[in-house]
Amino acid sequence: MAREIEFRDALREAMTEEMHRDERVFLMGEEVAQYNGAYKVSRGMLEEFGAERIIDTPISETGFSGLGIGAAMMGLRPIIEFMSWSFSLVSADQVLNNAPKMLYMSGGQFGVPIVFRGNDGAGGQLGSTHSWCVESMFANVPGLKMIIPAFPDDAKGLLKSAIRDDDPVFCLESERLLSLKGEVPEEEYLTPIGEARVRRTGNDCTIVAFGRPVHFALEAATELAKSGIECDVIDGRSIRPLDMDTIATSVRKTNACVVVDQSWPFASIASEISAQVQECCFDDLDNHVHRVNNDDVPAPYATNLEQAMLPHAGKVIEAVRSATYNL
Amino acid sequence: MDTKPVQLDNIDVLQVLNEEGMVDTTKAPPLTHDQLRRLYVAMVLTRKFDSRMLAMQRQGEMGTFAPNLGQEATQIGQVFPLTADDWFAPSYRSFGAQIWRGWSMEQLLLLWAGYHEGFPPPEGVNDLPFSIVIGSHVLPAVGVAMGMAQKKQQHCVTVNFGDGAMSQGAVNEAFNFAAVYKAPCVFVCENNGWAISTPLQRQAATESLAVRGIGFGIPSIRVDGNDILAMVAATTTAAERARAGQGPSLIEAVTYRMSLHTTADDPTVYRQEEHVDPWHQRCPLLRFERYLNRESILTEDECRRIADECEQRVLEARAKFREMAKARPEEIFDFVYHTMPPELIEQKKDYLSRLARKGLNP
Repeated sequence: MAREIEFRDALREAMTEEMHRDERVFLMGEEVAQYNGAYKVSRGMLEEFGAERIIDTPISETGFSGLGIGAAMMGLRPIIEFMSWSFSLVSADQVLNNAPKMLYMSGGQFGVPIVFRGNDGAGGQLGSTHSWCVESMFANVPGLKMIIPAFPDDAKGLLKSAIRDDDPVFCLESERLLSLKGEVPEEEYLTPIGEARVRRTGNDCTIVAFGRPVHFALEAATELAKSGIECDVIDGRSIRPLDMDTIATSVRKTNACVVVDQSWPFASIASEISAQVQECCFDDLDNHVHRVNNDDVPAPYATNLEQAMLPHAGKVIEAVRSATYNL
Repeated sequence: MDTKPVQLDNIDVLQVLNEEGMVDTTKAPPLTHDQLRRLYVAMVLTRKFDSRMLAMQRQGEMGTFAPNLGQEATQIGQVFPLTADDWFAPSYRSFGAQIWRGWSMEQLLLLWAGYHEGFPPPEGVNDLPFSIVIGSHVLPAVGVAMGMAQKKQQHCVTVNFGDGAMSQGAVNEAFNFAAVYKAPCVFVCENNGWAISTPLQRQAATESLAVRGIGFGIPSIRVDGNDILAMVAATTTAAERARAGQGPSLIEAVTYRMSLHTTADDPTVYRQEEHVDPWHQRCPLLRFERYLNRESILTEDECRRIADECEQRVLEARAKFREMAKARPEEIFDFVYHTMPPELIEQKKDYLSRLARKGLNP
């Protein structure tokens, strides 16, 4: 049986179910306990699990990231919440040097089964230092996994898989999706990391998107269908590992590809997918792969300027029309 | 109330064994003759290993490493009180302490020559990997300590780092977390006076680094790091406090980096020999030997024999290392993930086919 719940509640259900299942799991971060989470994702968890497992920290991202890594190395299963992935930049050495490389650098001895999670991307007038999309920058590092759910059911299923994973998993959530409602099964389920999901089918163009931009892609596809252009919309769900098989299968059918990515264009997730599509589907493409990214500027603060800078359905529609001009 | 702000820039140095080898019996830790001999052997072995590894590096057999000449008492003293259930988080200069903890010298040679067999701690040795990024390992060490507390274990973690690491934000965040959460850990700051070419006076406005611990609410002590007995006394107390749930301690071990920062360093560029000279007199081995000889715990002959035996053990380790040091290029894809993801399987296939065609030739 499924019921409709919010994205944030799906995240919380994932954490509480896994904490009941495995006593090694705990949640640590700023404001996660007394305050129920800055975005109320951990609402009620302090009462349910107590202060030993729902741990408020000083404002010290480097500190609690590093602590979590040590705790994971000695056999616990930490979930580390960044209020925003923007703030993870101050702890980059812990997050990018220690977590993903420890297994390698200890010759297989020390795994780091940790989940780092929090808001990624523009939250709505948060200013340029607080609107980071870290996926393009962080996905460059081997040794980590990265998930980026777009719907509540995947948020729950992917986060549960992440908590059980033996490798470090970065879970990127969009603040703008936290109140989104969607059907989530009541019974236990896991969403495998590394598998994309086709959200809509069509034969004319493949749109690949991750996280919040999946919604822009779906909106664009609905609009394009009115003028007879039918799109496959692929919700990537995981960035590392990347499900290239699903993407390539679709491109071989549609012969056109648009990638929607909420980070900056230079050396981005969209660039990577574009390169890979051109490597594996070179002879299938009727046009170059089109990328829809943020404009290549820091996020503006004014609401209308911020909207203009971000990807949205209108930009996706233009890109699809350009990629399918020969239809 | 007085409006004059409070300032603390130094605290006394704990010394038990002075440079002449005289012991302050009121402060001496209760050690048996056998324990004293084991400490001495470990310090001699550390020095022999250090000088042999330096020679091997100069002959092209080792990678870059950080020698620890003159820091043997700090090295061995900090791990002496640890049991097998306690954890040790070394820094990259801690190979003397690692030998004490149970790492074989041939494995440490493999490590510093770059072979991955060198990296995992031996079975049953609860040591963390060190970090080359200064101070990066201190937070994970506190994480292990907090994990111990969560698992209701009554053990402790000793984490070693240098004076240079005291300038890192991560280390200061580690102090704060450990203090607030009463993490069972012992911070050993091995103050050897230099962050590569930057002297302590350019790193800190205080004479002592231990005063910083006090600001975090951490009981802190300044110890003569060339005095093995003071090191044992201070670290034993700190480890007992940690295990008893009383929280962390900071030990500033004052020593001196008599040799190179690393084998890539040339100290003649930034310091004169006369800076180093006084530290020959403060040598941790020399004063310990004087004491052991005077108390007839070890005779001069026995000390010479120990030196020969240690040299022999180092040479045997070198021979084993030479047997074991074989590169297996197909292994570079191992241990990136617990289970290899599809893209890495593809990349490994390409890499192996290139190796089959071209070998390791560029």
